[in-house]
Amino acid sequence: MSISTHEPGALSLEFRSNPSATVRNRLAIADLRQGLSLWRLWSTLGWFDIRLRYRGSVLGPLWLTLSTAVMVAALGVLYSQLFGMDLHAYFPYLALSLVLWNYISAAVADACACFTGSDGMIRSIRMPFTMYALRAVVRNVIAGAHNVIVVVVVFWIFSAWPGVDGFAALPGMALWLVDTLAVAVLLGPVCARFRDIPPIIASVMQIAFFVSPVIWRPELVGPRARSLLVLNPFYTLLEIVRAPLLGSLPTLAIWVSALGYSVLLCAVAAALFARVRGRIAFWV
Amino acid sequence: MPYSARVTADHVSVSFPLYHGYARSLKKTLVAAAATRLRESGRRRVVVHGLDAVSFTLAPGDRLGLVGRNGAGKTTLLRTLAGIYEPNEGHVSVTGRVNALLDPSLGMNAELTGRENIVIRGMFAGLPGHALPDLIDNVVAFAELAEFIDLPLRIYSAGMVIRLGFALATAIQAQVLLMDEWFLAGDAAFLERAKLRLEDMVKGAEILVLSSHNIEVLRTWCTRIFWMDRGRIIDDGPPDEVLGHYLANTTALPAA
Repeated sequence: MSISTHEPGALSLEFRSNPSATVRNRLAIADLRQGLSLWRLWSTLGWFDIRLRYRGSVLGPLWLTLSTAVMVAALGVLYSQLFGMDLHAYFPYLALSLVLWNYISAAVADACACFTGSDGMIRSIRMPFTMYALRAVVRNVIAGAHNVIVVVVVFWIFSAWPGVDGFAALPGMALWLVDTLAVAVLLGPVCARFRDIPPIIASVMQIAFFVSPVIWRPELVGPRARSLLVLNPFYTLLEIVRAPLLGSLPTLAIWVSALGYSVLLCAVAAALFARVRGRIAFWV
Repeated sequence: MPYSARVTADHVSVSFPLYHGYARSLKKTLVAAAATRLRESGRRRVVVHGLDAVSFTLAPGDRLGLVGRNGAGKTTLLRTLAGIYEPNEGHVSVTGRVNALLDPSLGMNAELTGRENIVIRGMFAGLPGHALPDLIDNVVAFAELAEFIDLPLRIYSAGMVIRLGFALATAIQAQVLLMDEWFLAGDAAFLERAKLRLEDMVKGAEILVLSSHNIEVLRTWCTRIFWMDRGRIIDDGPPDEVLGHYLANTTALPAA
């Protein structure tokens, strides 16, 4: 199969069966390029997704904020006792960690449904598949942004403003956006083909939550274990955004690990997407 | 139009792997893979041939009608020409702006308002932002939605939803028009207007591919008919000839 262009209402479509790897890669790149150019469509669809999810509810997406706030308050009091930590130091850390983790786990879970959730559209109009993945990124970013309120309130109560160092979180956030797209492009097709993947992903994410320093601080484990922590992609990816917002800069090792895992993720996602892109319509 | 439309299909085959419960499971696939390695038995997968080595060429002015039983491959052929299904074998080439009217509820969301649905559909069709108000006016006028346009679709009557879907799908002119038969649903008064609008659209298109069970529609609108059966074109020719064969065959079936 080869397509010279497949924009909506394309002026020319061309398919040839059994494409070479080069053709497949070119098609995948074209898919991404055209997907990105449809930014008005995926940002609108992502925005509508959020509005629809909460249409009819009084607080709307703020329900999410409220439940995060309650969880932060409850866990904050409990764990500062359990870990014997000062509430002032622990609370901002916990609030930020939980909000960031909520984004990660919601984005991963949503990635599984990014194609299967749009099966009707996929079967009735030709669209770049990355358009659906980008739509998932938009709705996750919007949903995640509602939780920022919790962080702001906690930082305000405990006067824990990060200062200028906070801006060092921006490159990390940019990397997160790329990774969110890569996860959607990777898990979307896999979960469309194998319907028992989403529950597996869900339990992996639950384990990752407990073994990564989200509610506990990395300092709580011994020096040996701490040197191993840098191999945990969830930890290093979390840290590149979390550390600057708490007023410290992540170490080089953490950045190298986060970048390395991101490159790996993007490479695997790109390779898989190029290989199966033409089959997704048959799977959803 | 910068250049004329053209549709070519050369030995196009599309097959659907059947993923019912069993093959959908990763565990079972892995177990099966391990088992086949042990027993060295070949991979047995249930595959349905949607299209089987279909070849044809369409030039501007061609009005192609597809007839055949349900499951004969008519919709699969339309979807393949629309670029939704990529063929397993063969070569498909479509030149010209394509509009595929395959699903009346395409992109329509019952929770969104009529206006929001129109905007989404316009973006799907790749319309620039400044063209959207015109699209909205055109659709609202034709679908007779009036003040309902700012209410969610879920409170619309069934007829209103059909009118909206139809108005939307037919608001965007195409060079190559691919159409499934759903548009023949609707109330009688609407059907008359729908027919006029559709005729305009069909006249404006350089190439039409229409799948229908309605022999009269095919006879009026088409210049060439494919009779499809099990993914193959079993008869190809002018409407009177092919439809004659088709009718003789299908009406003869119950007796035989």
